[in-house]
Amino acid sequence: MLVKAGRIAEDSFTPVADGEELPDAPVIVSLKRFLAEHDSILARRQPLGVRLESGESPQELQPYLSELAVVVLHIPAFRDGRAFSAARLLRTRLGYGNEIRLTGHFLLDQIAFYTRVGVDAFDVAPNISVADIQTALHEISDVYQPSVDGRVTIRDLRTRRTTVPPS
Amino acid sequence: MYRYDEFDARLVHERAEQFRGQVARRLAGELTEDEFKPLRLMNGLYLQLHSYMLRIAIPYGTLNARQLRKLAFIARKFDRGYGHFTTRQNLQLHWARLPDVPDMLLELAEVEMHCLQTSGNCVRNITADPFAGAAADEIEDPRILSEILRQWSTLHPEFSFLPRKFKIAVSGSSADRAAIMVHDIGIEILRNARGEIGYRVFVGGGLGRTPFIGHEIGSFVPKSDILAFLEAVMRVYNESGRRDNIHKARIKILVHQIGIEEMRRRVENEFAEIKKTGVLQLPQTEMTRIAAYFAPPNFATLSPANADFEAAKRDNRDFANWVKTNIHAHKIPGYAIATISLKAIGETPGDCSSDEMDGIADIMDAFGQAEIRVTHEQNLVLPHMREADLFALWQRLAALNLATANYGLVTDIIACPGLDYCDLANARSIPIATAIAKRFADLERQHDLGELKIKISGCINACGHHHVGHIGILGVDRKGVENYQILLGGSGAEDASLGEILGPGFDREGIVDAVENVIDTYKNLRSDSERFLDTYRRVGAQPFKERLYAR
Repeated sequence: MLVKAGRIAEDSFTPVADGEELPDAPVIVSLKRFLAEHDSILARRQPLGVRLESGESPQELQPYLSELAVVVLHIPAFRDGRAFSAARLLRTRLGYGNEIRLTGHFLLDQIAFYTRVGVDAFDVAPNISVADIQTALHEISDVYQPSVDGRVTIRDLRTRRTTVPPS
Repeated sequence: MYRYDEFDARLVHERAEQFRGQVARRLAGELTEDEFKPLRLMNGLYLQLHSYMLRIAIPYGTLNARQLRKLAFIARKFDRGYGHFTTRQNLQLHWARLPDVPDMLLELAEVEMHCLQTSGNCVRNITADPFAGAAADEIEDPRILSEILRQWSTLHPEFSFLPRKFKIAVSGSSADRAAIMVHDIGIEILRNARGEIGYRVFVGGGLGRTPFIGHEIGSFVPKSDILAFLEAVMRVYNESGRRDNIHKARIKILVHQIGIEEMRRRVENEFAEIKKTGVLQLPQTEMTRIAAYFAPPNFATLSPANADFEAAKRDNRDFANWVKTNIHAHKIPGYAIATISLKAIGETPGDCSSDEMDGIADIMDAFGQAEIRVTHEQNLVLPHMREADLFALWQRLAALNLATANYGLVTDIIACPGLDYCDLANARSIPIATAIAKRFADLERQHDLGELKIKISGCINACGHHHVGHIGILGVDRKGVENYQILLGGSGAEDASLGEILGPGFDREGIVDAVENVIDTYKNLRSDSERFLDTYRRVGAQPFKERLYAR
């Protein structure tokens, strides 16, 4: 089930394994295949996603990010937190603005953190509901750190509180 | 000290409520232990040998009397009437029951406390010099930066699932009372040639299975850059730290494997990129705002020499002994830093009963002490005592059996909870600590031996810091029997070094004799007032080996 912006979203992308034939439809391919078959994949003129395994650097996608509709970050085990840095780099230094999708093994209780570093689509297990996600996103009201979600930080809130508004 | 505003307060309350929901799901069987484990660990709740254990964060070891009374109350109501102060300046309750934990968290939140990030692969409780704000040699109160780091690291969106746990310590002076050289990141506050205050940053120190002394990675990081610099270190670690083997996942292994030069290059690149965005610059206004919370109390102008104090020392030998070890120089004349030893002979190092906590809180009120400090050596510190009050303080502490005059001496032993509580342990630590303390109970003998730090761990994870004990003791399991190895020559201070294993281990009875033999050997070899550590460094391991393993 794909959840995007807090709602169940239709998933128009088909993940395609390396070596399998590409259908004439939006696909998600591995980084390895994307780099190897770049020109022919692009020539299909279909929306495209690339899947990064944990440990593959998003820097490798830097020259191609404008060609991508989706970057998938695949989590092998919830303890593996490398995707937090990968998402944040994509959103900041690499300036990537389209969908970042999380797949694999992550916890409901991590979704708030992933949202903060710029992940905006989650391929969640069927036992997790949209309501669960909404709850998880709003259990903690405020944040201390600036991040790519642009949320007002506690420091900003303090500054506003102590600043007299202009008359 | 720092006081929560409505934002800090809401966060810890919401966190307690969030955990109440998670516990309810667990108790109703909706979550398996496997699914529940990462959630409870994020709230400092461990499952140990006999029971759950709740680890309460004491940021940079600072507590006020109200908080101390609350800890006493929680330990009495929900646990067995005592707590255990740890080498991370935290408090552990070893007999918690799961259904009670949400209420315990709520009670803590009422006094601006929590259990956030006392476990899990995240930035753990920030520790600092327990003499902060009082030490005569201090450049700046390390708690200002520590509080800034506490807020920065709390529920950090990018660094809450690191390869492994991450420990940061801050020292406000060049004398290191916070063991910064054996932390993932150690920070020394220093002044440069132009008189500006900044941070010297060490990375990759640590104990555990593979001990390392930290390497300098930033010689002078300006104040406004410190968060950007730390994020750079953390990001390099999060991306490149090993995740294939839990025993090789700490940042010290990464630094060791790629080398400090390569580590420095990567961090500096990352730091430059982060600085370009400007997002993490720390404004002077924020530093000033936080610093105001740690403004010193209004010190009176006192005469440096107090006749009554001098007379009391002359007339009472026990008091004089206590002053000699447990009192340290304060930056203001007429004031003193008083250490309350939690190492009474025969007691568990670091344990403190609810009654003792209440008694200490009363003493804080009686002597106008707004706060108390927990030290990483498992003692407590009253930072701003008037010298003129010390005799009265000592009498009140003595009535609670809390006036043991052994700070820094052979019976001021650090010990982990060991096999009496911990399911990682291979051997008991506490009975070894108490047996050694009893052997050396004679105070004249202790004072004659001078500074001598014994540190005991019940397994190679080294929670008892045995690598940095002048005498370290490591408990191992040898074919189902507890066995204790001796390490000599470690130090966790500014002259940091790692102890070396002397030779084959000893059984439970033999280890106390072995320690005594080591100490007797030192006594025969020392010159004048030479410390144990200095004698060992001068003569090396050989004389100790000869004495201990002679046939």
